[in-house]
Amino acid sequence: MFLDNLPILSMLIWVPILGGIWTLIISDQQERIVKHFSLFITAITFLLSAVLYYQFDNSFSGMQFIEEFYWIEAFGIKYHLGVDGIALPLIMLTTFTTVLVVLAAWEVIDENISYYMCAFLVLTGLMNGVFVALDSILFYVFWESMLIPMFLIIGIWGGPNRVYATIKFFLYTFLGSVFMLVALLYLYSVTGSFNIQALHEVPLELTAQKLIFIAFFLAFAVKIPMWPVHTWLPDAHVEAPTGGSVILAAIMLKMGGYGFLRFSLPIAPDASLFFGNTMIVLSLIAIVYIGFVALVQEDMKKLIAYSSISHMGFVTLGFFIPFGIFAATNSSAGAVMGMEGAMMQMISHGFISAAMFLCVGVMYERLHSRMIKDYGGVVNSMPCFAAFMMLFAMANSGLPGTSGFVGEFLVILSSFKVSFWIAFTAALTLILGAAYTLWMYKRVIFGEAIREEVSDLKDIDAREGFILFLLASVVLLFGVWPAPVFDVMHVSVQQLIEHISQTKLL
Amino acid sequence: MRTDLIIVIPEITLLTMACLVLLVDAFSKDPLHKITYWVTQLSLLLTLCALFYYSPDYSYIAFNGGFITDTMSVLLKGFICAITIIVFFYSYEYLKENELLKGEYFVLGLFAVLGMMIMTSAYHLLSIYLGLELLSLSLYAMVAMQRESTFATEAAIKYFVLGALASGMLLYGISMIYGVTGSLQLTEITEAINSGVVDRMYLVYGMVFLIVGIAFKLGAAPFHMWVPDVYQGAPTSVTLFISSAPKLAGFAMAVRILVDGLFPLVDDWQAILSVLAVLSMAIGNIIAIAQTNIKRMLAYSTIAHVGYLFLGLIAGTASGFAGSMFYIISYALMSMGTFGMIILLGRYDLEAEKLDDFKGLSIRNSWFAFIMLCLMFSMAGVPPFLGFWSKWFVLKELVASGFIELAVVAVFFSIIGVYYYLRIIKLMYFDQPDTMSAIKASQQMRVVLTINGLLILLIGLAPNSLMRICLTAFSG
Repeated sequence: MFLDNLPILSMLIWVPILGGIWTLIISDQQERIVKHFSLFITAITFLLSAVLYYQFDNSFSGMQFIEEFYWIEAFGIKYHLGVDGIALPLIMLTTFTTVLVVLAAWEVIDENISYYMCAFLVLTGLMNGVFVALDSILFYVFWESMLIPMFLIIGIWGGPNRVYATIKFFLYTFLGSVFMLVALLYLYSVTGSFNIQALHEVPLELTAQKLIFIAFFLAFAVKIPMWPVHTWLPDAHVEAPTGGSVILAAIMLKMGGYGFLRFSLPIAPDASLFFGNTMIVLSLIAIVYIGFVALVQEDMKKLIAYSSISHMGFVTLGFFIPFGIFAATNSSAGAVMGMEGAMMQMISHGFISAAMFLCVGVMYERLHSRMIKDYGGVVNSMPCFAAFMMLFAMANSGLPGTSGFVGEFLVILSSFKVSFWIAFTAALTLILGAAYTLWMYKRVIFGEAIREEVSDLKDIDAREGFILFLLASVVLLFGVWPAPVFDVMHVSVQQLIEHISQTKLL
Repeated sequence: MRTDLIIVIPEITLLTMACLVLLVDAFSKDPLHKITYWVTQLSLLLTLCALFYYSPDYSYIAFNGGFITDTMSVLLKGFICAITIIVFFYSYEYLKENELLKGEYFVLGLFAVLGMMIMTSAYHLLSIYLGLELLSLSLYAMVAMQRESTFATEAAIKYFVLGALASGMLLYGISMIYGVTGSLQLTEITEAINSGVVDRMYLVYGMVFLIVGIAFKLGAAPFHMWVPDVYQGAPTSVTLFISSAPKLAGFAMAVRILVDGLFPLVDDWQAILSVLAVLSMAIGNIIAIAQTNIKRMLAYSTIAHVGYLFLGLIAGTASGFAGSMFYIISYALMSMGTFGMIILLGRYDLEAEKLDDFKGLSIRNSWFAFIMLCLMFSMAGVPPFLGFWSKWFVLKELVASGFIELAVVAVFFSIIGVYYYLRIIKLMYFDQPDTMSAIKASQQMRVVLTINGLLILLIGLAPNSLMRICLTAFSG
């Protein structure tokens, strides 16, 4: 088939980037063409990732679709791309979400539409680049340059306090990343290679591993974000336009998780074991404490932002539970389950948080308020919308039958292997999550319409309905049949667990 | 002797042409000094040609050890000439617009270039000093050229007094070195030190003064006091000139003295440079945040950049020096672009000196806002722009030499630095403009500035060749 020889990973990166530049050339005068063109590009990108999924070999744990040639020959830096089962679901998530983001902006963004679309398309390409880069410097270039479009998106189309939020976002994430750069350079001075897979194999002293782990931790923990370096996220989410919030929550946070799996754990497994308990405690604090913080929010976007942090606590918990299992039981039984649960949680949270932010976006467009107190009784005027939001609220609180349940359940189950109390504390989220999400839902959707504007609200139109329908079907599909995700990543995760269960000490 | 003369043909060409420019200007009645300008550009081009035609591909020491031509000097001289061509282009536009046009600007500029070329090739402490003084004296006069402006006069006097002091320090250091080694020629100094009979204390004492001189000329903290005042007070075209090519020459001087001459003392100067580097990065980056004048802000940013430049030298390896060279070349490119932007935005009655003049630029002119965005992100060291690779290169060599703590400190200060670059982008993209007046600039100005800005992006995407060039400069 002719698709066999396509440089499909490169296309995933460059089609959106070049498309983005082309939207600038089309310019704002032809608003309709810009929109249709952007949708076309994102659809193409999604189809490309679908081809990738279709051709992907589930039974092979190594990298596939490898593209490799010298980029900066003077230092052996390569343009080296490839995917494995860990990256593939995240790429699918990225390409799927950006289609929705373009659709969501359709009638909302009225100024500088071509810049807006350009920023999102370029961002998509760069995000795909992060997930497929196999050279650490190439990875770093994608990882950092991604900040530029996001910085502009929040700063130009954001809310009233956008400048503060976007500079905080940039500086915070930059702060974490530069230390990662030093760690990568150190690894190069030890191994003489920037190849990520080569870095996985290199033996390192424990002290070196600890320092490397801390450097990576700064980069990825800020991005995920873990407590206590999460404070940029609520600000960025609240001020960002809906599309920006969706991308932030659905994909950017996942990059932190991806970074842990690609760098921290395999490069410094002994340090991960050493810091394992600390990380588990930090994750539990995020799950419980941030859950309580979410409970008292009055701004819907802020509430969802905090709920994201709490959910991402599950992801980090799932990543470090294997180390708890190694320490407690001396075997790796159950470790794969925890990590797969965390991966599933990342994917599912991508859909659910995107959906929640889009729901808030739908209401915000109509009433220009994100405050819970300004609403109430929305169900009377927007029944269809209320039904969709009900589903997403349930998924957000981890109801069985939705994708939100699968990941959390697996992580909790795996935690039992380490300690009952870890599992117990983590399981508190099922109560807390339900409390903050459903309480918000109740206050916003149910009751009498106190304000006149609320009773005049128009229900969702076909475009909005279509977006929410797509998300709803994915959330339900993976809730009852998560196999498509698990099948893809199973072998890779297994191999990763095997890798990190062995010491790298000299 | 004949080879000796062939080696200096580029310098001779430049000197002759500079005298010719002086003559041409004296006889030209054109208020726009068109002929002077074009002959100036021609002389730089001729020098470039001579440079590549007459330079041997081996290193050769001429004039009794006073002058060397090697890959590094040829490459640096090439870059100096090329950069000066663009600088003169921007300057001409600026001077024309602001009615400051005088033929002397170009003559002095050419003599400054000659000084830089001598500094780059000098292999003897006296010839280094001669080159440096030729450069400095031309620059003092250029700063003072805007006679009616009190700022410019103040800047010129400050520059001159402090510069003279630094030259004095340098001379004092040179005399100390001469006192202990009995020579001013760099190879002989190295041999004398290696022979082990030299008193190390006096040697290090002399070296400290040499480093003070270098640090002053490059504008490293704590010898940076002149930089903000001169950058702000001088006409933008002169600031542009000072911040670009002379930095390359200053780098060459540092390499000649520290690496070619005093390499046996590497442990000592590494320690001193580390202190200077950290101070420069700290003072430059932190104080820049408080500035409201963009030229002053860029002055502090220069101080910080010099700190990063030192990092490559501290690494103490050939590729570390190559990293520094890469850094200084990219810095010159970025700095030129940024001052080019200031010139572009300036109008006759009002220079775009305040940060607020950048407000809402994306609405006034989205293309040049984008160019400025590239420049600022590049200065901040964000990939995929050129500035990222320059920081990456020196940091990499620093880590490879085992100075990991210093690398961590350096990246920490770069985060602080990001803030004030982001502020300009914020002004351009997130704020509304105070005025909607269109940008008045000639077509060629737009084209050159566009090329300058895109180079930052393109070399950032494919930095391999420039890295290779810098590596070859130190491979011999």
